[in-house]
Amino acid sequence: MAHLKPIKVLIPLLNDSVAPRFDLATDVVLVRLDAEGVPLERKLLILPQASAERLCQLVIAEAVTIVVCGGIEAEHFDYLTWKQVRVIDNVIGSVGSVLARLKLNQLECGDILREQTDADG
Amino acid sequence: MPRSPSDTEKAAPEKTTATSALKRIDPAALLDAVAFGLLAVDSQGRVLALNERLATLIGMSADAAVGLPCVQVLRNRCGVQRCGAGESLESEENTSRTDDLITRDRRRIPVRISVSLLADPGGTRIGYLKTIEDLSGPESADQLLSTSYGFGSVIGRSPRMQRLFAMLPVVAQSDASVLITGETGTGKDLLAEAIHQASDRAKGPFVKINCGALPATLLESELFGHKKGAFTGAVEDRPGRFRMAHQGTLYLTEIGDLPLALQVKLLTFLDDKIVYPLGSTVGHPADVRVVAATHRDLGEMVRRGRFREDLFYRLNVLRLEVPSLREREGDIPLLLDYFLKRLSAELGRPIEGFAPRSLKILLDYHYPGNVRELKNIAEYCVHLCQEKRVQPAHLPAYLMEKPVSRQRTAPSLPAAAAASRPAGAENQTVIEAWSDIEARLIREALVKARGHRGRAAQIVGCARSTLWRKIKQYGIEV
Repeated sequence: MAHLKPIKVLIPLLNDSVAPRFDLATDVVLVRLDAEGVPLERKLLILPQASAERLCQLVIAEAVTIVVCGGIEAEHFDYLTWKQVRVIDNVIGSVGSVLARLKLNQLECGDILREQTDADG
Repeated sequence: MPRSPSDTEKAAPEKTTATSALKRIDPAALLDAVAFGLLAVDSQGRVLALNERLATLIGMSADAAVGLPCVQVLRNRCGVQRCGAGESLESEENTSRTDDLITRDRRRIPVRISVSLLADPGGTRIGYLKTIEDLSGPESADQLLSTSYGFGSVIGRSPRMQRLFAMLPVVAQSDASVLITGETGTGKDLLAEAIHQASDRAKGPFVKINCGALPATLLESELFGHKKGAFTGAVEDRPGRFRMAHQGTLYLTEIGDLPLALQVKLLTFLDDKIVYPLGSTVGHPADVRVVAATHRDLGEMVRRGRFREDLFYRLNVLRLEVPSLREREGDIPLLLDYFLKRLSAELGRPIEGFAPRSLKILLDYHYPGNVRELKNIAEYCVHLCQEKRVQPAHLPAYLMEKPVSRQRTAPSLPAAAAASRPAGAENQTVIEAWSDIEARLIREALVKARGHRGRAAQIVGCARSTLWRKIKQYGIEV
């Protein structure tokens, strides 16, 4: 199933996987997808320091429509939701598997995409 | 001292018996019996096992977690930073440090995590065992119990409350079931939590469930859990509240609303301490203390056949009756002062107290909604009062429209309980809490501003961020 309009996705990163925590991520990837969910543009940002507030500002400034993350505090989740940003949290998996699921419009909160997770812990 | 051969010979059969007993112990049950969260990981940092305590704390089942990177499951600050810096797990070996983690329900909680090495009998490293202690909750038991006139967050100095407080340490130290009765708004929930925090189970979870809030079928699954496929929509195993409260306290509020079919199941649990999830024949032991509460007259319900007599006696081992505010001689000024100070500090208002005329009106009121209503009145005053002392004009209008003498109208207990329930139109006019008024004002402002939040915030007279918080708090749809 395709999305109705182009979307912009922000994924906080830990190596090549979704970062376990939104507030501790210093790397984020911004992906612009077309209406069919095909990536048009991919931008990797390195932040000077981890901060949930700064990340929220970035989401708004970049007009992000979907945030895919691991753990996020209710305060930041509510804020982004209020700002009309869809937050898909508690996700575990690699960026590739997340984008593949997004393309199918089948990514949900709490999804564990096992096959491609990093092996450090 | 070296043992004689005869000592060794005597000890050998005992050691053999102990070893064979140890072999019969299920390792998973052993992990679940520990009062801390436990997480076993392999040398690559992948989860091998976790106990129920940790599953409850982080909100993720063991089945879902096994095989995943530990940092994705635990989501602790130090672990994430260590991975980000590319350090291996060995750097955490034999450490114990305070940390924090984010749970699946989006709470950040402080924890202490200790890491120890897991090795095989030959000394080869297999992985690590992480012990996770939840540091949230009250600062310390001493602090909790140190209020001058109270127990935990329940306060009062009336003779009735003093008698109640005198019983509480004994009740807390016992492990028997507790039944808390009292009118609505008297503080039954606070009392239940205070008992848990003062008990030996304070380090364990305090799990609350409202028996009147869910239909019977959902309630059964919520309480006892279910197996995958037990019914349509049961897509995974769920442990249920009883197992989530393992080694802690399960607080069943509105127990009078528990359907008869579930009363039988609850009674069976109280007798056996074994939980049978829906769709499963395998029982799970759960070490749970049950505290129940109701505003209903359970004795009367038993006489009418609406509550099982055997369950009533099983729950009624320790009975605590929380008096209504009308019966708490001298507590109204204390509570008014307490709430006014607390709410003024929270909202940054320099209010010193009540003017004598306001206090007289407040003391003459009969408080059918008990402490909850008193707190709402105090909150209303704090919001409206722009002076140092609360004047009658700052009180809710209904207090002056129907000045009712407390002594003259104080009804008997069952009558008061009935009066406090929303039974008819006359009750609806009695209480309009500040929160209701505020929600109404925000709705009106949003309508005036045609949904523009910035303009609505200007109309209400608060910042946009405050308006946003309030809209979320009151569940107003924009």
